[in-house]
Amino acid sequence: MTLISYFDLHVGLELPAQEFVFTRVDLIKYAGASGDFNVIHWNERVATEVGLPSVIAHGMLTMGTVIRVVTDWLGDPGKITSYSARFTRPIPVPDSDEGATIKVTAKITELLENNQAVISILAIHNDVTVLAKTVVTVTLKP
Amino acid sequence: MAINPEFIGRTYPPTPVYFVGREKIREFATALGDTASCYFEVDSARALGYPDLIAPPTFAVVVTMKAGEQVVFDPELALDYTRVVHGEQKFVHQRPIFAGDQLTSTVSVDSIRSAAGNDMIMVKAQVHSTSGELVSTVYSLLVSRGVEEPT
Repeated sequence: MTLISYFDLHVGLELPAQEFVFTRVDLIKYAGASGDFNVIHWNERVATEVGLPSVIAHGMLTMGTVIRVVTDWLGDPGKITSYSARFTRPIPVPDSDEGATIKVTAKITELLENNQAVISILAIHNDVTVLAKTVVTVTLKP
Repeated sequence: MAINPEFIGRTYPPTPVYFVGREKIREFATALGDTASCYFEVDSARALGYPDLIAPPTFAVVVTMKAGEQVVFDPELALDYTRVVHGEQKFVHQRPIFAGDQLTSTVSVDSIRSAAGNDMIMVKAQVHSTSGELVSTVYSLLVSRGVEEPT
């Protein structure tokens, strides 16, 4: 695989967009792998009792998934030196085969010294932004 | 009730060593639906210049979870966990986490502020290797939703 070079980049460059789907089993797998067993991610009865429309995806499942727009493009996840996000809206995951779809786009917003690039990610579910201020810094080879 | 700002700077003891295993990295990547070969095949990770499997960029949440619970369940801080939501998250990596790493996490209360009846606590976890090298710093904003006062 040919890795991305800093000199291939420019501000405004759009990374390949992707769509991701969460179904109930994805929440259960993430709960087990991460150790986050908060009931609002797997128990519909409790989730609706506290006013949610359904069980909701873990914010960290969303954050861990949408970063693939960057890592798949980059070919080397170890080049990510910082990654931050604000959880603005929950993603309800219905009990259906279709699940919940997240549409993810990303673009370069800034080029820094020392071969660093800043990337902004946009994650949309049902026309609503579910992560805000989602910013990734990558440090590339020259 | 607002959280006492005197908790800013409170630091908790380092956690016991977390031994990063290859199968845990594979399990975590699988749970994210991510099939990148550097999470599964040692030769692929080595081809990128790494000593062993590399962990996904958000794997540090697994390593720091026990450390963060020290804050969430601190009886003196007295957070009502049923009212706590995860507001923001940030990772700053000095290097990736690798299979074979032996890591400890040290958490501290980085800041406390109140807005619109909610308390916001920024928890900072520093992840070090057992040789003392800083590997990652993980920031989590916990938002404790305020209880409406009866009028």
